[in-house]
Amino acid sequence: MMNSTNLLTIEGLSTEFRSPHKQWFPVVNRIDLQVTVGETLAVVGESGCGKSMLAHSILRLLPRRIARNAGGRVLLEGRDLLALSEDEMRGVRGKDISMIFQEPMTSLNPLMTVGQQIAESILEHEQCSVQVAARRTLDLMELVGIPEPRARFHQYPHHLSGGMRQRIVIAIALACRPKVLIADEPTTALDVTIQAQVLALIDKLKRELGMGVILITHDLGVVAEWAQRIMVMYAGRKVEEADAETFFTSPRHPYSRALLASVPRPNDVMNGVVKPLAEITGTVPPLDRLGGGCAFADRCTMGTDACRSGSPAFRLLTPSSGVACIHAGN
Amino acid sequence: MWSSRAKYVLNRLIHGLPIIFAIVIANFFLIRLAPGDAAQVLAGEAGAASEEYMRQIRQQFGLDQPLYIQFISYMKNILMFDMGYSFRHGRDVSSLIFERVGATALLMFASMVISVGVGVLLGAVAAIKDRTILSNVIVIFSIISYATPLFWVGLMLIIVFSIHLGWFPTSGIATVGSTMTGWQYALDIAHHLVLPAVTLSFFYMALYTRLMRASMLETLGLDFIKTARAKGLSDRKIVSRHALRNAILPVLTMAGVQVSSMLGGSVIIESVFGWPGLGLLAFESLFARDLNLLLGIFFLSSILVVVTNAIVDVVYTIVDPRIELKGKLAHG
Repeated sequence: MMNSTNLLTIEGLSTEFRSPHKQWFPVVNRIDLQVTVGETLAVVGESGCGKSMLAHSILRLLPRRIARNAGGRVLLEGRDLLALSEDEMRGVRGKDISMIFQEPMTSLNPLMTVGQQIAESILEHEQCSVQVAARRTLDLMELVGIPEPRARFHQYPHHLSGGMRQRIVIAIALACRPKVLIADEPTTALDVTIQAQVLALIDKLKRELGMGVILITHDLGVVAEWAQRIMVMYAGRKVEEADAETFFTSPRHPYSRALLASVPRPNDVMNGVVKPLAEITGTVPPLDRLGGGCAFADRCTMGTDACRSGSPAFRLLTPSSGVACIHAGN
Repeated sequence: MWSSRAKYVLNRLIHGLPIIFAIVIANFFLIRLAPGDAAQVLAGEAGAASEEYMRQIRQQFGLDQPLYIQFISYMKNILMFDMGYSFRHGRDVSSLIFERVGATALLMFASMVISVGVGVLLGAVAAIKDRTILSNVIVIFSIISYATPLFWVGLMLIIVFSIHLGWFPTSGIATVGSTMTGWQYALDIAHHLVLPAVTLSFFYMALYTRLMRASMLETLGLDFIKTARAKGLSDRKIVSRHALRNAILPVLTMAGVQVSSMLGGSVIIESVFGWPGLGLLAFESLFARDLNLLLGIFFLSSILVVVTNAIVDVVYTIVDPRIELKGKLAHG
């Protein structure tokens, strides 16, 4: 799994939240991951499994009042981001690691022109004149496929469609040519044709700029098309990691299998009869009330007493894939 | 852009005319519901309340005419911007009002600046420092100042700052009998302005503090603030460039609506501080049953409210690009 072109290496990252009863509980639990140059790592899981929290923890964007780091390292080309001061960390955000958020309709400031919002990022991280920043902004707008960038520069977010706004958000993220791009459900709020365009754009720019991408999503269709490697999260833990082909042909963790089974497929309709879609019964357990055992045990078709007695460790099955389940043998 | 704004204001003012007209009509009849008239007051003060004397006064001022005749002649005059004659002062209402309107405008403008300025500042600080002692102190202070009656605040400020400390004059707009000119005179007025302006702004400041705090807390939780943080901006820049302008919008709306209410508040303040403005004039004319003068002040107030609302709408379009002006009359 180790690679000489590793951009981002995360080792044992844990993040804790404070419950209303003032008790700390993990939302990101000893996560290991690597992102290499030109690679897209998909982080998948249901809502509430901790994938967004993982993304926010990498950039240290969680409010300190309710969240804290509880160990681990986030190494960007060998530099531990968790050891940086807040000021040093600001120099990393938007410069070395950028993030795209879920909601293009609300992630832009409504009172600022889109050009200004892109240029702001350049001016923040680089010593350059306003004119240079403006010119680079126009280049960026062209790069992300915005027609007539000169006219659009002075427009406000409400003048643009959702897809165009998400392109602006991407342009902001790419303004300083980051090494790693974290895309937190970048297309959830967009309609399907725009989704494909935005993901194709991210993929193209990834190759052109030599970035590593962490793509957070719950859409396995998106994963199949754009990701090289997949990490499945459940209740704040990594339960399976594999390259895309292995994951889609032979998923190991019962949760991964259940997720894959719940994706509708064309051949579900046979002889005009629609096969009922498989579902995973129950919901992700509340993270502040997790017991000692496997968090998925109660929803798992293979759950046994052994599952509930201890949390299963993550085991490597091949050099590039592994699973955290006592039932998943070789 | 500016010409379209001017056109918009003009349209808004034209739309305001029927409103002002309706207010004038309503005022004319409402005010006559109060018992007593100028004749009774004048006669009472002269100590000669004979039927003969009162009939003479009523005849002289046209108060013996039927109500509808009085109304028709009043409306005719108003249409020509003639607000009539003040029985009490023995002068034209318009000259009386224009003599006083400056003082009230100054008081209201100063109070508006203080209340919005301080309210926005305190509210923003309370939101940024949420759940700290400082924030709680601001919230408690705003609740207290919201609940305290204006006249009491005024009297307390006079006792503390004028009588005990001697920092500010107790009343009036300028030092009586002084021969100051130019800047010296302006400073003298500013010195007199401090206490009444602070008093009048007290209640509104509390209102804007609470509004700004709520609005700022909401804004700081919005997605684009997260985008700004992910850009690597400092907290200071996030607040000044992104949060503040967005959060201030509701305060602006409220401040526009409050202009008329502030005019009401100035009646009390001007009475407490002897500030020679419209409020004091209205107060006096009410007790003298000087109805023409009172109606004139109301007439001017309604114009003021219509004009301020139009101005606030225009200011809004400067601050918030999402709002666009429709210049056509059909859209209002």
